[in-house]
Amino acid sequence: MLILASFACGLIFGAGLLISGMTDPDKVLGFLDIFGAWDATLAFVMAGAVAVSAAGFALARRRGAPLLASSFQWPTRRDIDAPLVAGAVLFGIGWGLVGICPGPALVNLAGLSLPVIVFVGAMVIGMIGYELWPAREHTSADTSESPAVAARADG
Amino acid sequence: MHNLTLLNGLFGGALIGLAAAALMLVTGRLAGVSGILGGLLTPRPSDRAWRIAFIAGLIAAPLLAALAGAALPRPAIASNLALVAVAGLLVGFGSRMGNGCTSGHGVCGFARVSARSIVATVVFMGAAVLTVALLRHGLGG
Repeated sequence: MLILASFACGLIFGAGLLISGMTDPDKVLGFLDIFGAWDATLAFVMAGAVAVSAAGFALARRRGAPLLASSFQWPTRRDIDAPLVAGAVLFGIGWGLVGICPGPALVNLAGLSLPVIVFVGAMVIGMIGYELWPAREHTSADTSESPAVAARADG
Repeated sequence: MHNLTLLNGLFGGALIGLAAAALMLVTGRLAGVSGILGGLLTPRPSDRAWRIAFIAGLIAAPLLAALAGAALPRPAIASNLALVAVAGLLVGFGSRMGNGCTSGHGVCGFARVSARSIVATVVFMGAAVLTVALLRHGLGG
């Protein structure tokens, strides 16, 4: 059941990305290009997404546990550290170069176009590269379903 | 830019929010795509099944839409493949180092009013805006 629910959520998430136009890198770059013909769509997507998820999260906080799991795995970290900022800078540069971030990259994979395959392949290598990077935080060794893991991941 | 585009953005965004809310309410997990994918790529991946299922759902969305007559997404990417590869590496490495991307920090983090996520989102938006400005308009703007 948990697997099916997760699949359904991925499906709805993907549909939202397609309907909003965010799978089209031109629309994303149009938003990021504040000196060009600015396209405000991404701001509307964010507003819709944040409003509905905030309402859902507020509901979740009033419940003791999720429907199909023992506990809510809310991120617990609050510190603003160097890896957070440096990682965001690197991510932002990559996002700005072609206008694709992880969600739209995976949805676009269904079209099997060469640039998307190259992007997703490189993204996976980049993620593995971070795991192998000596300077990373030494917290991911513990990958059991414990609060420590939830605490590490913001998203 | 047309109003219909903006309305589609708002509606599509609401669906994204619905998916994030449902994933938390039903499975207790946060809908951050880089975290969900990255969790499969750690030395000892944990709870693989729901992660794979969520990613399968993302990829299934355009396939189901294609069954209903929509075209498969094949975005026009003007950049050469070397630049696309560099962008992918940066997005993959950076999203893991910063613990999140547009969905985890940008959507879920704002919805949780997390200072960490708001800082991360402002920083990656700023870096992306600067990158696009340099690419499209050069150093002089």
